[in-house]
Amino acid sequence: MTLTDHLIRAHHTIMTRRSNISSKSEAETSPTVEPLDQKGSDLLKNLKLTFAEYSETEVSVSLDMVVLRVEPERLVDVCELLKSNEKFLFNYLSCITVVDYEEQEELFEIVYHLVSIDYHHKLTMKVSLPSNSPVVPSIFKIWKSADWFEREAHDLFGIQFKGRENLPPLLLYEGFEGYPGRKSFPFHDYEEW
Amino acid sequence: MQVHQQTSEHSDAIDLMVNMGPQHPSTHGVFRLVIWVDGERIVRVEPHIGYLHRGSEKICESEQYNQIVTLFDRLDYVGNLNNELAFCLAVEKLTETVVPERAEYIRVILCELNRIASHMLFYGVYGLDAGATTPMLYGFRERERVQELFESVTGARMMHNYIRIGGVKEDVPADFEKNVRKLLDDLKQGVEECDSLLSQNEMFLARTKGVGVISGDEALDYGVTGPALRASGVVEDVRVTDPYSIYERFDFGIPVGSMGDCWDRYFVRVEEMRESIKIIEQALSELPKGEISAKVRRIVRPPAGDVFIRTESPRGDLGVYIVSDGSDKPYRVKVRPPSFANLQALEYMLKDTYIADAVLVLGSIDIIMGEVDR
Repeated sequence: MTLTDHLIRAHHTIMTRRSNISSKSEAETSPTVEPLDQKGSDLLKNLKLTFAEYSETEVSVSLDMVVLRVEPERLVDVCELLKSNEKFLFNYLSCITVVDYEEQEELFEIVYHLVSIDYHHKLTMKVSLPSNSPVVPSIFKIWKSADWFEREAHDLFGIQFKGRENLPPLLLYEGFEGYPGRKSFPFHDYEEW
Repeated sequence: MQVHQQTSEHSDAIDLMVNMGPQHPSTHGVFRLVIWVDGERIVRVEPHIGYLHRGSEKICESEQYNQIVTLFDRLDYVGNLNNELAFCLAVEKLTETVVPERAEYIRVILCELNRIASHMLFYGVYGLDAGATTPMLYGFRERERVQELFESVTGARMMHNYIRIGGVKEDVPADFEKNVRKLLDDLKQGVEECDSLLSQNEMFLARTKGVGVISGDEALDYGVTGPALRASGVVEDVRVTDPYSIYERFDFGIPVGSMGDCWDRYFVRVEEMRESIKIIEQALSELPKGEISAKVRRIVRPPAGDVFIRTESPRGDLGVYIVSDGSDKPYRVKVRPPSFANLQALEYMLKDTYIADAVLVLGSIDIIMGEVDR
C-alpha cells in the first residue's frame, strides 16, 4: 500500500459553475433578504411537526437561521431528541454563547449553535434564564464539545450548569472575582492585581 | 520541566506529574499541559489555557464595527485574513450588503494564500516537533514569499486590516496578477519540495503513524473541525458543505485521511495547500474588473438582530455570532474559535500514548493560542 492510498480524495465538483455566476449577478441588482434555502425550510417543517406537542418550545426564523426557543427544564430532552432523531441528526455542537440582557429584561440568553454533518443543516437554539439565578442543565453528556464552552460561560458570565458543580476556572485565573463578560462588569475601574 | 511525585491509587507504581509549559517552545504559545505518567505511558492530562485571555469579545462591545476588524486580526495571528473575512461576512449578512465581484475574488485569493502560509508554518514547526530542523527552513521560506506578497497588497506582513465591511481596503497593485502567478509557481515547487522532504521520511513515519488516533465520530463529538476532523475521514469543509463568499464557483477537492492519526493530520494539510493553489489559479483567471467596495456608510449601523456565520479558517470551522441592537457598536460578539474546540480532544488523543509523543500529538492539532484564549 503506497502512502497516497491513505488519502481518499473526495472530489467535489460544482456542475453548474457558469450558471451560478450568472444567477449571482442578477441578484446583485436587487438585494433582498436571503430566504431560507431548501435545507432550512425542510428543517423548519420537520421541527414544527416534531415539536407540535411540546408547549414549551417555539420555532421561528430570523434572517437565514432557524431558531428554536426552549425552556430550560426541557433542554436535555430536546437536545437528546435533536441528536438522535433521524430527521435531525445534529451530531456537532458548534458553539455556546451567552448574551447578557440583565439591564433590559433581567435575563441571560444562552444560544446553542448546532450543525448536522450528515444533512448540512444548522439550527440556533435559545434558552432564557432569569438573571438572579442563571441555572441551566448541562448538555456535556450529550455533546462533549460543550465542555469548555460551558466552562467559559461559567467563568465569564457566572452561569451555573446543573450536573457540573465546582467547575474550575478555564480562561480566568484561580481566585478571580466577578464575571467579566457581563455588561455590569466595570471596563476600566478595577484593580488587576 | 518540573517533576512532582505522587502515589498512584491503582498499583504500587508511582505516577509522575510532569508539568509542560506555559513557557515551553513546543507548546506553540502560552499553553500549559499537566501530564500524569505511569512509567512512560500517559495516564491522564489536564490542559490549562487562558494565559493569553485579553477579553477580545468584551472589547468588541465598545468598538464600532469598522474598528473590530483589526481586533479579529489578533485572534488567529497566523490566518489573519481568514479571520477578517469571517467578521466582515457576518456584518455584511446583517446589513444585507452585496460585495462587488472584484472584491470577492481578491478576498478569496488572499484568504487561500493565507491558508497556504498558515499550513507552511505548521509544516515547518511540525518538522521541528518531530526533531527535524530542515523542514522549518523550507516552510518559512515559502511562508515568507506569501507574506512579501501580502505586504505589497495590504501594507502589512501580518496585521493586515485589509478586508473591510463591504469589500476590501484598496485595489490590488498593478502587478498583482503577475506577482501571484510567479508566487504560485514558486509555491507549487515549494509544496513538492516540502512533501518529498518530510512526508515519507522513515523516522517521521515511525513517530507519527498510528499515534494520537481519534475516530471520526469521537472527533465530531469533541467539536473538532478542519484538517484535524478530515484526517479522521469525515468529509466536512465549510467551503463546500455550507458555502460562503464565492467558493461554490471553484472546483477543488477535499483531502480526507483514513486513520485519524498524526500523520494523516499532517498530510491532509499538505494536500490542502495543493487544493488552495488550484482555487487561486481559478480565481486569478476569472478576476473581474470593477469596484472593490460596496457603498457602505462610514459608521455602520446594522439593524437589530443576530447573525451566525461559519467559515473555514486554516484551523477549522471559524464561527462568528453577532447580536446587534441597532447602534453603531455590536451588543455581543462571540467567536467560535476552531483551535479552542480542537484542543478539547487533546485529552482523548493523548490517553495511553507515550510521553515522548505528547509534543507530536499537540503539534498535529495546530493550535494558535491567540484564538484559544481570545
